[in-house]
Amino acid sequence: MKTTLSILTMALVTWLIRALSLTLIRKKITNRFITSLLYYLPYGVLAAMSFPAIMYCCQNQLAALAGLACAVILALLDQPLTTVAMASALTVLLISLIA
Amino acid sequence: MKDDFLNGLRQGLPIGLGYLFVSFGFGIYARGCGLSVFQATAVSFLNLTSAGQAAGVAIIAEGGSLMAIAFSQLVINLRYLLMGIALSQKLDDNFSLRQRLVACHGITDEIFALAIGQNRPLTAPLLYGMTAIAVAGWTGGTLIGSLAGSLLPGVITDAMGILLYAMFIAIFLPPARRQLPIAVTVIASILINCLFYYRLKSVSASMAVIISSLIAAVAVSLIWPVREEEA
Repeated sequence: MKTTLSILTMALVTWLIRALSLTLIRKKITNRFITSLLYYLPYGVLAAMSFPAIMYCCQNQLAALAGLACAVILALLDQPLTTVAMASALTVLLISLIA
Repeated sequence: MKDDFLNGLRQGLPIGLGYLFVSFGFGIYARGCGLSVFQATAVSFLNLTSAGQAAGVAIIAEGGSLMAIAFSQLVINLRYLLMGIALSQKLDDNFSLRQRLVACHGITDEIFALAIGQNRPLTAPLLYGMTAIAVAGWTGGTLIGSLAGSLLPGVITDAMGILLYAMFIAIFLPPARRQLPIAVTVIASILINCLFYYRLKSVSASMAVIISSLIAAVAVSLIWPVREEEA
């Protein structure tokens, strides 16, 4: 029951943000600080969600670290999202099977 | 009108296919957080957003309050407000209020980029088409991922636990390499979050993510405000 309520709360808040933006607010946001905050915030959120959690996301920590290294290298080489994710998971699988 | 819907479906196809894969990772992750296959799929159908969903599901797993969930969604998804406002100026004159209330569900980073790049006013059927294929990919991928989580051998689902994080890295690392302020946001946010993780354990992991990213983004916004054309 609580999970259902939680899921509905997520959906409602997310929809409200989107609905407000397309209906009530007809002016452009010109405040430079707000614009900047909304520009940088997603990167900060994704980074904090990934670290340090990614180091402990698998049973075998060595495998998780190898998967992390693989993801970082491929991302720095500008590889597409799916390539980075697949190669990282494959690395984890291989190391888990060997170790 | 029908042509516009089909046109939207066709243009949105690459987004739908990309979503299919990313949400597969989310499906695995949501199962790991204790959600059922139906619950995980419902979250994707109703939210259509990656980072917000992952944070919300993590709070559910921690047994967090509804307030904590609402706050996390507000902070993480606030960027859609900017995108929606920009899109709003591009909507066709015939766009009704009811259509706006439906079409707004399709505001995501990728659909926004596709829609804002159109060289004519946006009609409701066009946005509906783009959104429909994106929702299909996102929801379908979550369903497959959450089912796979219960069917595949443990060693494989364990390895797939890294998928969502690897995708996040693939999203924030390339722009961080090119723009110093983004790099500083990323590093500061991670350092503050590690401080919470290793030293201030009384703060829940998801609240730590929100506080860390807010501090980092506020500081960087004050030091390097973006110019109009960048945002």
